Amino acid sequence: MAFGERVLWRDLDLDLAPGEFLAVLGPNGAGKSTLLKAILGELPLAAGTLEVAGRPPGTGNRAIGYVPQQKSMDAALRLRARDLVGMGLDGHRWGLGRRNPEARRRIDRALAEVGAISYAGAPLGLLSGGEQQRVRIAQALATDPALLLADEPLLSLDLGHQRAVSDMIERRRREHDTSVVFVTHEINPVLDVVDRVLYIVDGRHRLGTPAEVMTSENLSALYRTPVDVLDVRGRIVVVGAPDHPAGPSQHHEDEHAGRNATRGSR
Amino acid sequence: MGTLFSFQDYGALLGLVVNSLIAAVLLGIVGGLVGVFVQVRDMQFAVHGISELSFAGAAGALLLGVNVALGSIVGSLIAGGLIGLLGVRARDRNSVIGVLMPFGLGLGVLFLALYQGRAANKFGLLTGQIVAVDTVQLGWLAGVAVVVLAGMAVIWRPLMFVSADPEVAVARGVPAGALSIAFALLLALAGALAVQVVGALLVLSLLVTPAAAALRVTASPVLAPLLSVTFAVVSAVGGILLALGSSVPISPFVTTISFAIYLVCRLASRRRFGALRGRAAPAVAAVPDPDRGRAVLADGAA
Repeated sequence: MAFGERVLWRDLDLDLAPGEFLAVLGPNGAGKSTLLKAILGELPLAAGTLEVAGRPPGTGNRAIGYVPQQKSMDAALRLRARDLVGMGLDGHRWGLGRRNPEARRRIDRALAEVGAISYAGAPLGLLSGGEQQRVRIAQALATDPALLLADEPLLSLDLGHQRAVSDMIERRRREHDTSVVFVTHEINPVLDVVDRVLYIVDGRHRLGTPAEVMTSENLSALYRTPVDVLDVRGRIVVVGAPDHPAGPSQHHEDEHAGRNATRGSR
Repeated sequence: MGTLFSFQDYGALLGLVVNSLIAAVLLGIVGGLVGVFVQVRDMQFAVHGISELSFAGAAGALLLGVNVALGSIVGSLIAGGLIGLLGVRARDRNSVIGVLMPFGLGLGVLFLALYQGRAANKFGLLTGQIVAVDTVQLGWLAGVAVVVLAGMAVIWRPLMFVSADPEVAVARGVPAGALSIAFALLLALAGALAVQVVGALLVLSLLVTPAAAALRVTASPVLAPLLSVTFAVVSAVGGILLALGSSVPISPFVTTISFAIYLVCRLASRRRFGALRGRAAPAVAAVPDPDRGRAVLADGAA
């Protein structure tokens, strides 16, 4: 995958098994969200092939559920939680959108699965970040997808909500064998459930189990600077990764390229 | 006030404006439905831009001595097409409109200055008129209304999806660009209709205010368009009925009624959604903070 001269990742060979949980890590602008867009069929690969459930990528694939990166819902937008889930189910169809009882039952079931029934009729703009995220997951799961793509689903949630959201995704995977691609900055909240990690930095990547990838040696090679990976009471702590506002001068280029990548992926 | 209103011979007058009343009902239905998406897509400014170009088209038609309704439709379709094509994103869209609007208004003023006919015709394009809509004109208006309603019926659901939740909609294969253009064109037709009745300056009162009022009091995807249509029809028809007994143009009545409805809805919404808002006072910020994630990764602890 490349935008102009900038290569976001290359030589990526990834075969995701049913029910597998893949965490995608990396600094801002490394191409994590772009990977999701490629799987969704919104962006073409510069080279190579990609298959989703045996088919070439294309938008409108109902085998994929997508939880986009969270943004604040306009409080003036009077869209109810259940309407958002309904759109995930059949919003792409033409016409006025009268729903039959079966569709309504599916919406209720999806909302119940994430524990959002009590505010199903509330306007989304009035829900908290954690509540909105539950509704988003219900929406993504409404079509019963084989693959769930989640872009930073834990961002700006407190620890309790982070756990609730990752538990929900984990349960779905266990009960329905849904594969999960989980883009995140922070691996610790999902460390127990992750099968494999894809760590992308500036065009380079490592792929493997968390224990294989999250080593000082690997991350130092990825960042091309000494990085220490520490195991502190079952949590992985990364020290020295140059993705910090006060980082070395190389950071400046990263930041610039990152912005380009973000623009390209929109 | 005694000279402002006179309801003598009201029955006879009413007979003369039956066509106008039908036009107002059609406009109310179209404006109320399209208005819902004007709100959801944040296109209030686009409505204004479209009506100014519609005014220019109508003024041009007046000058050339051709059908004024047709002129206003052509003008607004040009505006709608440009807005749909050039500005899918709200920010681009607003600058396109900001550039188009004064140009259209200037053209319209030029055409009117060159026009040698009745002054009332000129004024009516800007502030509305209830001079009897003749049967031919009504046919035009009805035809346009049917086109808009049919178009909206086809694109309603995917348009709502892509307007409210663009990222997931695109991932689901909803053609966002095509829908944006289609809606801008339908909006343009609705704007041209509204110019005929309330005049270019006050189109907002029928394409924006009723839907804004409706969305204040309901979040239901069924109730919102129904209420919006009701508010728009009441404003348009009520405006004509009041204007009939007075010497003032129709638009102040339409705008006053729709504004009053909006005020009532706003007050009502405070009671309805106020309680909910109190409950949902977010302990967790809904606005993502990219820097927070970065810091977490760098420090490795959260």
